Amino acid sequence: MTDLPGTPAVLDRAEIRRLRRAARYRSWGDSYTLWRRNPITVAGTLIIVFLVLVAAAAPLLATHDPYNQILSDRLLPPSAEYWFGTDNLGRDIYSRIVYGSRLTILIAVLVALISGPIGLLVGVLAGYVGGATDEVLMRLSDIFLAFPKLILAIAFAAALGTGLENMIIAISVANWPGYARLVRAETLAIRNSDYIQAIRVLGASHARIMLRHVTPMCFSTLIVRVSLDMGAIILIAAGLGFLGLGAQPPAPEWGLMVSDGRNYLVDQWWVSTLPGMAILIVVLGFNLLGDGIRDILDPRQRQG
Amino acid sequence: MATASPPLLAVEDLQIRFHTLRGVVHALDGVSFEIARGESIGLVGETGCGKSITARAILRLVDPPGRITAGSIRFEGTELLTLDRRAMRTIRGQKISMIMQEPKVSLNPVMRIGRQVAETLLIHDRSLSHRQAEAKARDMLGSVSIPDPARMAQRYPHELSGGMAQRVMIAMMLVTRPRLLIADEPTSALDVTIQAQILDLMTDLIAEIGSSVLMISHDLAVVAETCDRVIVMYAGTVVESGTVDAVLDEPSHPYTRGLLNTLPDQVDPDRPLQSIPGNVPSLLAPPVGCRFAPRCPEAGPRCRRETPAAYDVGAGHVAACFLHADGGVA
Repeated sequence: MTDLPGTPAVLDRAEIRRLRRAARYRSWGDSYTLWRRNPITVAGTLIIVFLVLVAAAAPLLATHDPYNQILSDRLLPPSAEYWFGTDNLGRDIYSRIVYGSRLTILIAVLVALISGPIGLLVGVLAGYVGGATDEVLMRLSDIFLAFPKLILAIAFAAALGTGLENMIIAISVANWPGYARLVRAETLAIRNSDYIQAIRVLGASHARIMLRHVTPMCFSTLIVRVSLDMGAIILIAAGLGFLGLGAQPPAPEWGLMVSDGRNYLVDQWWVSTLPGMAILIVVLGFNLLGDGIRDILDPRQRQG
Repeated sequence: MATASPPLLAVEDLQIRFHTLRGVVHALDGVSFEIARGESIGLVGETGCGKSITARAILRLVDPPGRITAGSIRFEGTELLTLDRRAMRTIRGQKISMIMQEPKVSLNPVMRIGRQVAETLLIHDRSLSHRQAEAKARDMLGSVSIPDPARMAQRYPHELSGGMAQRVMIAMMLVTRPRLLIADEPTSALDVTIQAQILDLMTDLIAEIGSSVLMISHDLAVVAETCDRVIVMYAGTVVESGTVDAVLDEPSHPYTRGLLNTLPDQVDPDRPLQSIPGNVPSLLAPPVGCRFAPRCPEAGPRCRRETPAAYDVGAGHVAACFLHADGGVA
């Protein structure tokens, strides 16, 4: 231990634990205040919470088996028996939407978990190391960014073959370059800041600086961007499903369901419209939530 | 100061160039000095005279386009300029630390300060657990007179005042008990009322640890207060060095005299302040001969022809001026 002057009496462990817990509670309390202050964030949160609850309680909420075909009941309009009507194979649309929420969450979360870290890694590396590494990584991401995301995802999905897993990979591949750019820009600003100089003076290795001092600073920007992108990810997934490149029948994927109803749009509008509404509401919810997260994660907005 | 053991730090003929689009900037030319164990040295000069780059060179943190083009920096007998990167990292923070000018922006904004002080220990000692490191960090925060260290350790830098942030910075840099502390204008960004407190704190801690200090400042009062010896720099060269008393009482280089004349006179406060006429020369094309000659009231033809060496003017007191050479300035 140090024997420097003015060292106070050692605090006991319980006291330290208590102080740390108090600091954590204070930070949660601040987060709650910032969240509550913005009604749009609250609305977004409620929509997403609702989506998660529906997905979790799908077996309880569904009134029918989402896969069960009753051909004599095909294309029935919404009624007390079939709340959202039935599709062309006589399946209950309400139950299919309820189960489809599970697929939607799975896709959005997996794509975020795959493309976010890839973008973070590439971005920090390019921005911090610079030089040839930066050039190579950024030109590579330029190539990806030259195509619209949906087109790129279609191309990869077509090349990898149809199916849910391949669709998730395809969307992730189309998604990471945007994150890499964002993180690189952030890293460039951080790299020259005084506190990185200070930590260099202390003898930290480049790997340590990147991992512990640059990456955490990029988190808040990246999380905001990813949560804003959640809506777009779900839209692309629905688009691929609609085109038959994503989830395959009979999966209750919303995009696929919209596609199923294409031929009946005029007379049996509910087959396409109701899954479409589900997509719209969820995408809206993610977009509203994403905006709010930025405010909450910014530590400078907090009071001491 | 004739000591038999080698000095803690010996800088010899250090030369730094910046290769820019507008040409080569001669930022530092032939800078030499030594720091003995336990000694405090002040490095003074105007903005842009090469004080800070000298400090960064000692830590080998001169970033491109700057390059150390010649010279030698020996620390405890080891040549730092040829040391491999891994070995250099063990010197930084552990043997040589630097306190920065702007404490508030020199702390990681998203790291609690206790964690940040612990980071210094964790970088250099892999066997240390986070819990142990944070406990030591809390003790250190107490040593820099931060009230209620356990609570303050949980705070973020933006919750601190400038003085508090500088205390945290000092804790970060001294927790490893380095042999040499470089302080790059440690009080310039602080309120005048806090400056003396911070200086006292630094001097006390340094005396306790027994580190040597290289204090960079444009404030002669700060240097007079805290240092044993002083080095005066002008336009990338050392113009005068010696004990604080010798240099301040009998300044032997016209630049040092000019610098002292710019200060208010304690005895005769009504005396008008004097400035040094002219401007600092562009280091893209430094003047031939003595770099101060164009502004020097006592310059002669020799000053514009030859570069002055360091001439002895008293016990360990040297000045790079032909006024003290055989033959004078003519």
